[in-house]
Amino acid sequence: MSPRPASSAPVFAERNYLNTPATGLRSWLTTRDHKRIGVMFLVAALIAFAIGGFFALLIRLELLTPGPTIMDAMSYNRIFTLHGVVMIFLFMIPAIPSGFGNFLVPIMVGAKDVAFPRLNLLSFYLYLLGAVIALAGMVYGGADTGWTFYTPYSTTTPTKVVPILLGAFILGFSSILTGLNFIVTTHTLRAPGITWNKLPLFVWSIYATSVIQILATPVLGMTLLLVAIEHAFGWGIFDPARGGDPVLFQHFFWFYSHPAVYIMILPAMAVMSEVVCAFSRKNIFGYKAVAYSSLGIAFVGFFTWGHHLFTSGQSPYNAGVFGVLSMFVGIFTAIKVFNWVATMYRGSISFTTPFIYFVGFLFFLFFGGMTGVALATVSLDIHWQDTYFVVAHFHFIMVGSTMMAFLAALHYWWPKITGRMYNERWGLVAAVFVILGFVFTFLPQFLLGNEGMPRRYYSYPERYWALNVASTAGASVLALGFMIVLAYILVALKHGAVAGADPWGSRGYEWLTASPPPLENFDELPAFERGPHEYHDLPAASPQAPPGAARGASHG
Amino acid sequence: MASHAALAHHFESLEKQTQAQRLGMWLFLASEILLFTALFAAYGVYRYLYAGAFAEASRGLETWMGGVNTFVLVTSSLTVALGLDAARQGRTRRTATLFFLSIGMGLVFMGLKAVEYRHHVLHGELPGRFYTAGHIAGSGGSLFFALYFLITGLHAVHVVVGMTVLGVIGVKSWRGAYSAEYHTPVELAGLYWHLVDLIWIFVFPLIYLI
Repeated sequence: MSPRPASSAPVFAERNYLNTPATGLRSWLTTRDHKRIGVMFLVAALIAFAIGGFFALLIRLELLTPGPTIMDAMSYNRIFTLHGVVMIFLFMIPAIPSGFGNFLVPIMVGAKDVAFPRLNLLSFYLYLLGAVIALAGMVYGGADTGWTFYTPYSTTTPTKVVPILLGAFILGFSSILTGLNFIVTTHTLRAPGITWNKLPLFVWSIYATSVIQILATPVLGMTLLLVAIEHAFGWGIFDPARGGDPVLFQHFFWFYSHPAVYIMILPAMAVMSEVVCAFSRKNIFGYKAVAYSSLGIAFVGFFTWGHHLFTSGQSPYNAGVFGVLSMFVGIFTAIKVFNWVATMYRGSISFTTPFIYFVGFLFFLFFGGMTGVALATVSLDIHWQDTYFVVAHFHFIMVGSTMMAFLAALHYWWPKITGRMYNERWGLVAAVFVILGFVFTFLPQFLLGNEGMPRRYYSYPERYWALNVASTAGASVLALGFMIVLAYILVALKHGAVAGADPWGSRGYEWLTASPPPLENFDELPAFERGPHEYHDLPAASPQAPPGAARGASHG
Repeated sequence: MASHAALAHHFESLEKQTQAQRLGMWLFLASEILLFTALFAAYGVYRYLYAGAFAEASRGLETWMGGVNTFVLVTSSLTVALGLDAARQGRTRRTATLFFLSIGMGLVFMGLKAVEYRHHVLHGELPGRFYTAGHIAGSGGSLFFALYFLITGLHAVHVVVGMTVLGVIGVKSWRGAYSAEYHTPVELAGLYWHLVDLIWIFVFPLIYLI
């Protein structure tokens, strides 16, 4: 293992996965290299994010005034449905696991590739197919059911709900294959020296995510298929007019979709466990607690779905049990939060862009998590059910936290993926815009919900006007922040300073190889003698920012 | 172990690769079971809600056909298992023959299923708005047949996929792609077929017997 070169200039690895074996489009589309598949997933997810974000802006523009602003009520219904479907199925579920996970998991376990490279590529094409079918359904008619497809409305609506359901069904299989690949990779392809207790925390969390993907996704797939059959043929499974039970649909739907929240947040926690160590330059506090609490969240997550049904005619006994079980998730999450904070304690913190996003993440996770515990309290939930309070809560916990993690990951691993640095100064500017924009978008929505504004409504009384304007203003700031990020990362692709193997001085295994990594990840497999988060044997950290940051800033 | 043609570049040994493929298959099967579980759960709920109608509708089914099909499918699992045993001894042509025999039994299964389906359609037992068999009061009869077609239909899809897999592996085995040292695909195809069989062992009593 070569120590970080202190004086010698960083090197851009000339022979890397980006140009080996070839550079043409064909070589990308037929690749089985996990790194290229990961990059393709990232690009696709970013495009989906842009589409979903565009819909979000349209929603916020419409809600700028109490009455009709830019569209009619039906278009509004379609757009909030599309926003939900695109953001959840096309961005949040695949972005970190299929994107960064694909790129990083094999490198972090010292493998040359995932266990089943062909299935991995199939997973990407299933993602594309599902995305195309769903988006085609949106263009030709769209759906107005919301992303939850509640019956019996979803089975009777005249809008084109079937293609979107089928698209989501296919996307589910993409997700299952990715999860399957990661579990088998972690079990069978760990390099000599990487025992389970030396596995990077990123891998632990992705592993827990994969368990959920494999076990919960098929149930959603079946459920969506049933809704599609019901919509097309009227078999009556969920239709009360034909003796069906619509509440059964809700049970099935949330049996997947609640664990799916952990498919979104566990990868975020995966990223943050890496970032906090790298930028505090300190060993992780409580490795086993952080690692196993991921599995705890994955396990308990399967027994909390009933908290979406508090007002759906579930027995009060059920509701109480589900409420208490839901709070267990808070315990496991708190274990992680305390360990991260303890990791920072007396560390040598450098406030670079990924770390700023980590701080934003902690705040959003804490705020979203605490309101989640409040919502899991049955008596309180009855007041907040279907209001903007719920909207704000889940945007904080899953969108805010996951977005922070996605951005942190994008900045932290950008040098590894591209071999170049982004501009650190612009990174900080954008981070401030994004974090403040997010807070100003969703904090007013807590207040709106608490005052009783229902979610998904097209118009509202004038007393909610001011807070809605605040929320829309926040959304514009957020959008501006993303534009800045997009601009400087595109510039960095070509003009960024050369990063070198380990610009952050991180101890993670992925930084032991060149940037960008060679085709089979390591030219020579390291011995992996130390753990992936061990900083105690380093000389006292220098007080300046890491050299990568300084270079990035000077290269504007 | 010397390098083998079937060994992918990122595995250090064939043994490791087999281990990975086995684990992958079991995880996939777990995922498949969850797919059916959703339907079994729906069956349980509606059976509880419409106990009388479900019992009556179930009595109208041709139990002997279901029984024969159960026998056929379990026997086909036996021939698949014998095929794997033959592969372990390196007798891969025998593996192929046994797999083709299993496919034949799969075809018998599908044929009987088709006869049953035709019977239901003629009796107006397609569910929902197509349902015209009026001898069962309320919506329970229609819901029974909705679940009947969903569960047996999804199972039939799996039988077809399973036969295709057995066919491909059977042909490759005939051509000598496997040996006593390397026959992982034979084993995995067998696992999949056993799952198809196992699911039917749950479907048969649920739908025909109780």
